[in-house]
Amino acid sequence: MDIDASVSPADLASQDRRVNALAFAIMVVLIAIAPFFAYPFFVMQAMCLALFACAFNLLIGYANLLSLGHAMFFGLASYVCAHAAKVWGLEPVSAIAVGVAASAVLGFVTGALAIRSAGIYFAMITMAFSQMVFFFCVEAPFTHGEDGIQGVPQGRALGFIDLSNPWMLYGFVAVVFLFGFLVLQRAVNSPFGEILKAIRENEPRAVSLGYRAVQYKLAAFVLSAVIAGLAGATKALVVQNASLTDVSFSTSGEVVLMTLVGGMGTFYGPVVGALIVVAMQNYLAEFGEWVTVIQGVVFVACVLAFRRGIVGELAARARLSL
Amino acid sequence: MRRWGCDDAYRATGAAVNLFGHAISMPALYGQLLIGLINGSFYALLSLGLAVIFGMLTIVNFAHGAFYMMGAFAAYFLLQYVGLSYWFALILAPLIVGVIGAVVEGLFLKRLAGFDPLYSLLLTFGLALIIQGLFQNYYGASGMPYAIPKPLTGAYNLGFMFLPVYRAWVIVASAVVCFGTWLVIEKTKLGAYLRAATENPTMVRAFGINVPRMVTLTYGFGVALAAFAGVLAAPINQVRPGMGADIIAVVFAVVVIGGMGSILGSIVTGFALGVVEGLTKVFYPEASNTVVFVIMAIVLLIRPTGLFGRAA
Repeated sequence: MDIDASVSPADLASQDRRVNALAFAIMVVLIAIAPFFAYPFFVMQAMCLALFACAFNLLIGYANLLSLGHAMFFGLASYVCAHAAKVWGLEPVSAIAVGVAASAVLGFVTGALAIRSAGIYFAMITMAFSQMVFFFCVEAPFTHGEDGIQGVPQGRALGFIDLSNPWMLYGFVAVVFLFGFLVLQRAVNSPFGEILKAIRENEPRAVSLGYRAVQYKLAAFVLSAVIAGLAGATKALVVQNASLTDVSFSTSGEVVLMTLVGGMGTFYGPVVGALIVVAMQNYLAEFGEWVTVIQGVVFVACVLAFRRGIVGELAARARLSL
Repeated sequence: MRRWGCDDAYRATGAAVNLFGHAISMPALYGQLLIGLINGSFYALLSLGLAVIFGMLTIVNFAHGAFYMMGAFAAYFLLQYVGLSYWFALILAPLIVGVIGAVVEGLFLKRLAGFDPLYSLLLTFGLALIIQGLFQNYYGASGMPYAIPKPLTGAYNLGFMFLPVYRAWVIVASAVVCFGTWLVIEKTKLGAYLRAATENPTMVRAFGINVPRMVTLTYGFGVALAAFAGVLAAPINQVRPGMGADIIAVVFAVVVIGGMGSILGSIVTGFALGVVEGLTKVFYPEASNTVVFVIMAIVLLIRPTGLFGRAA
């Protein structure tokens, strides 16, 4: 992106900070008023998927690593959380924590192997791993195969927040989403994030400056897996089930689409993209398989003509970083 | 859900798939070995096509599974609407699908030359969604049967097992096409041009060779290999819109294990992993769907560039 020479970097940074604070405030207000205009259940689903897309975006946007298997973190955490809440009878926050822990472990193991490669190799390896997790979920007894885990109890978060009350649930999901979003934003804006970007731009140089590129990338991968898991586990409580769809390849593809449409490497792009994709699925549901075709067309159109995505395009026009 | 089960021929021998820990009956072992070789034939053809495309275009063709499915459908259409038999389909279907592939390359992928290869990957990914969605729309999720051609019906009695003729044919046809492709790329002048253009396209262009056209044709050829595999698969598995999506993840794992861009590596690994998968089905059936991915993880630990791959 070309930066206007008359604006000094320091000014730009402070301007960015103000714009970002404003954008965040707008997002919070929108989340607060959304249930009065849209079906709350739909908004909650969108928030879970938006958080999932933000987690995915940490890798593609700031480390240039395209994961084509992110559904494994989302789906596994969803299963584990559902199992913990239903069978072990855990309270919702603990159930989510168990789910997130599972995806963190999975992220560490798969990441340690995948991170040794980059580019398309990385994409294929993550895809293969997620396929492995998919077949594990098909076979493992606790996931109940094709049926999935149904009727997950929502329970009382921390013992006093009754999540079976729709308003409480909405607030809870909003808090989880904003928390995850802020964690990711903080990570990207921290020295850690700067080093990650340096590695993305020129890995040998970052290594020669003394940064252990592999460890930074692995840390980013695990963080991404953790937040994706947080999104998946929360989703299990919202829709009260966990199924094979969550861990399937189509979910991995959808999260790529959301991020691509919204704008890779932007904070708000994945959120906007998730909203669009979820809306598309909801309102076009009657067209059946055409949804897949439309998604494919959007994919191709974005790649050919619209590589920056919606938010990326807006930000580039306004010379802001969103 | 993904693999083709035992044939009636095997059931006739009275073989049951034994569970882990039980005695393994020999007919079951041979039967699964054969199924493994069949799957290996498809893995080899598909990963070979991917390797050819990767070598020339340095992109991973995510639409490969979709083209494989299109090959099977092309055979089905040719039989259903034109009345052309399997033998014509074996030539025509790869040709038709290959031309479609070449057009796709010329229309879309050419525009992404010079951008990060991840964009090409995403483009082929989107194409796969479109193709699969369209077929699913018109043909649903269920499959359509495609009869085994007359001369290839029946089975050989090998004494220790029955070998269905069609399956023997698939293994032979796949091996011949794989070996032929390897021969063309490694031993002919055309192959030398190809390999040269992979190393240094600018230099090869300076010698007066039309490299962009060669790229288009290479993509078309890689796609045609996938379609050929699709035609071979049509009589074994039903012709289904989802058949490509089901097999493609395993094929990617095969490519990772063999090493990207290695022609011989993709062929050998393809057949070998098919057999390993078949054996797993006998000795530890629960792991048969995941064994390839486990092997991939182990290979990545020991040799990150794959068994036959060079360092990037």
